Amino acid sequence: MEMPTSTGIPNRKLAMWTFIGSECMLFGSLIATYLIYKGRSLVGPYPDELLNIPFITVTTFVLLMSSLMMVLALSAVQRGDRRMTKVWLFMTPLLGLVFLAGQYIEFSHFVHEGLGLSRNLFSSTFFVLTGTHGAHVAGGVLWLGTLWGLAMTGRLSEKNTVSVEIAGLYWHFVDVVWIVLFTIIYLLQ
Amino acid sequence: MAETHHVEEVHVSNRTYVAVAAVLAVLTAIEVMVFYVEALSAVLLPILIVLMVAKFALVAMFFMHLKFDSPILTGVFVWGLTVAVLIILALLAIFGALI
Repeated sequence: MEMPTSTGIPNRKLAMWTFIGSECMLFGSLIATYLIYKGRSLVGPYPDELLNIPFITVTTFVLLMSSLMMVLALSAVQRGDRRMTKVWLFMTPLLGLVFLAGQYIEFSHFVHEGLGLSRNLFSSTFFVLTGTHGAHVAGGVLWLGTLWGLAMTGRLSEKNTVSVEIAGLYWHFVDVVWIVLFTIIYLLQ
Repeated sequence: MAETHHVEEVHVSNRTYVAVAAVLAVLTAIEVMVFYVEALSAVLLPILIVLMVAKFALVAMFFMHLKFDSPILTGVFVWGLTVAVLIILALLAIFGALI
């Protein structure tokens, strides 16, 4: 049970939303940098030679579905359904790991094709932008994995709803950032 | 002393969550289909922007509960988002990449 507050909003939840607001600015500046240098690479490989739309569509779908798993986990913990809380809290970071594996495969392919971090303007901005997002996904996987561990050991109940909710807010934010990146990087070449 | 309010939880049905996820999947499929249709290349940018904004709004409203939660939280998020968009537009304008 959360303590009453002057706004009626749990302080931790308000703090998470404030953090998310500041993260918008971080990703905003990285997206701006990517767009400024877009199409200005002097040497290849170029994005249209490397970006694999069908493959990234699958990993995008996986991340979107992980958001569904997350809200189902929150719903389960609110209902006091411990069994389904464990299931959904396991599935969410698992799908996050699948997304990260996809990103690892993509990055490895790019490097194999000669597109290192400092190869050209596309590679520098692409790796920094998607790598920063991937680091956020990795952080979310660790966070949700910890919550799953607490659920498995019986230390997560309906009293901890806000803890699950703020982890979910972070996870959904990571999802909405990818919605933007998927369009800007992959579809608007 | 400031007045205090009890914290209230937002409850949305699982059916709504699954419906939103299905719409997100369909919108993603449409995005990719539009990308491959040669005839739509002239209007690709506006179509993809609209679809992207629709997906973003669905996740924010339903999965992040902004549709049901306190307007204060929407204000905090929209403020950060607005500044982010202004940062992008300002930097693009400064570096001559806006048009």
